[in-house]
Amino acid sequence: MTEQTQVGTARVKRGLAEMLKGGVIMDVVTPDQAKMAEEAGAVAVMALERVPADIRRDGGVARMSDPDMIDGIVAAVSIPVMAKARIGHFAEAQVLQALGVDYVDESEVLTPADEAHHIDKHAFTVPFVCGATNLGEALRRISEGAAMVRSKGEAGTGNVVEAVRHMRAITGGIRRLATLGGDELYAEAKELRAPVDLVREVAAAGRLPVVLFTAGGIATPADAALMMQLGADGVFVGSGVFKSGDPAKRARAIVEATTYFNDPDVVAKVSRGLGEAMVGINLDTLDPSQRLATRGW
Amino acid sequence: MSHRVPGEPLVGRRAADPPGAGPVVGVLALQGDVLEHLRILRAVGARAVAVKRPEELGALDGLVIPGGESTTIGKLAEMYGLMHPLRGLLADGLPAFGTCAGAILLGRVALGNDGQPSGQPLLGVMDTVVRRNAFGRQVDSFEADLDIPGVDGGPLHAVFIRAPWIEETGPDVEVLATVDPPDREGRPTGDKVVLARQGRILASAFHPELTGDDRLHRLFVEAIIEGEV
Repeated sequence: MTEQTQVGTARVKRGLAEMLKGGVIMDVVTPDQAKMAEEAGAVAVMALERVPADIRRDGGVARMSDPDMIDGIVAAVSIPVMAKARIGHFAEAQVLQALGVDYVDESEVLTPADEAHHIDKHAFTVPFVCGATNLGEALRRISEGAAMVRSKGEAGTGNVVEAVRHMRAITGGIRRLATLGGDELYAEAKELRAPVDLVREVAAAGRLPVVLFTAGGIATPADAALMMQLGADGVFVGSGVFKSGDPAKRARAIVEATTYFNDPDVVAKVSRGLGEAMVGINLDTLDPSQRLATRGW
Repeated sequence: MSHRVPGEPLVGRRAADPPGAGPVVGVLALQGDVLEHLRILRAVGARAVAVKRPEELGALDGLVIPGGESTTIGKLAEMYGLMHPLRGLLADGLPAFGTCAGAILLGRVALGNDGQPSGQPLLGVMDTVVRRNAFGRQVDSFEADLDIPGVDGGPLHAVFIRAPWIEETGPDVEVLATVDPPDREGRPTGDKVVLARQGRILASAFHPELTGDDRLHRLFVEAIIEGEV
């Protein structure tokens, strides 16, 4: 007998993110890097042509990756494969869905295609993850259908300060909501520029209705442990692994520090002998026009 | 220091363990949807605890291996010395329930999407061959109703996420449920085993912890209390 089955439901889309909790998702640009990430214990890989540090260095317009390159990575690993579409570029997202990627990242790391609208993510079977710098932005993305949120940080800097700022803004915003009365939530929703139903849901639950990861500037095991203790459900590592001296070892160390984030002995042990971390950029030397986190509306 | 389980609310206290003398059920907390299992186990009267170290395994009356990435959980279990003691405890009759990644880890062989053994670390305590991501990629993930003998109260709504199926079962393994999802053209694909039991070990390809339907967890915990599955 053939059962009635449903695909692309909110539960199925959000559910995959629930399965990624406590894990590390790594940016990779080749099938070999993808295999190395899987071997290190990554829960998923993000397939892209250039890591954010190189996108920064090279400049120009950053777009969705070549389908051949994504296919190569999909074929190389058994873990989920994510890929990035430009903000608002729903046709790139359609292509990624057709390629069979497991999650689409509507990402500020690529050059935005629309300066007013994000993708209507409800229209897709493939789930989406989106970046946010504060609670209102996170809720707007969820109302558009995002099944997972990541704090943006400042990608490609190797500097965790913006990840901390954004994670604290989101979690602090959630804690604040929980202190408000029901009649105060209307004005708060206006302030957050987010639907009041979603604001009420977060106030009652004390968390977002989707999984909250962190991204943008995580370069060391201690960075991962810091972000997990600040309330992240898991970690995206971009340039931090493959721009470092010993990527395989650093990747494994960040995985271990994410699982044992509240055990400083483990974080100390895995932090030894990792070789050089990526050099990193101080944010006050970064021209405002070079900031990626301000992309998204 | 934060002892938050990933996914827990940022506000308020953690859900307290139920009072009384329920069995102690450990949820292997290396990665995955640990929190959902803790909640549902507590709702059916177990004292559920997250475990991630060998020394935490001794006091358990039962074990749950959650959904997640089986390669990640297996590698961490090996690196942190959990595989060997877990195999011993399970061989000695510790009741266990594995969902999705957990079902893969309990099995004897895991097949990759190329049909070849994946070579990943496994517990190998259940005489099953489990095919990973067998129903397809995430765009093929689905929900369906299952009829399960011995589970009263109508069909069980099941969520399959990049789910495996159990491709081969040994003589001691009892098949409890199958599903036959249509392919992308709507044609039947044949029955696939998605729930099976071997002695005190239960494995599901789907995620009963995601639906709020606590019947399988209740069966698991009641069987621990009764001393048999």
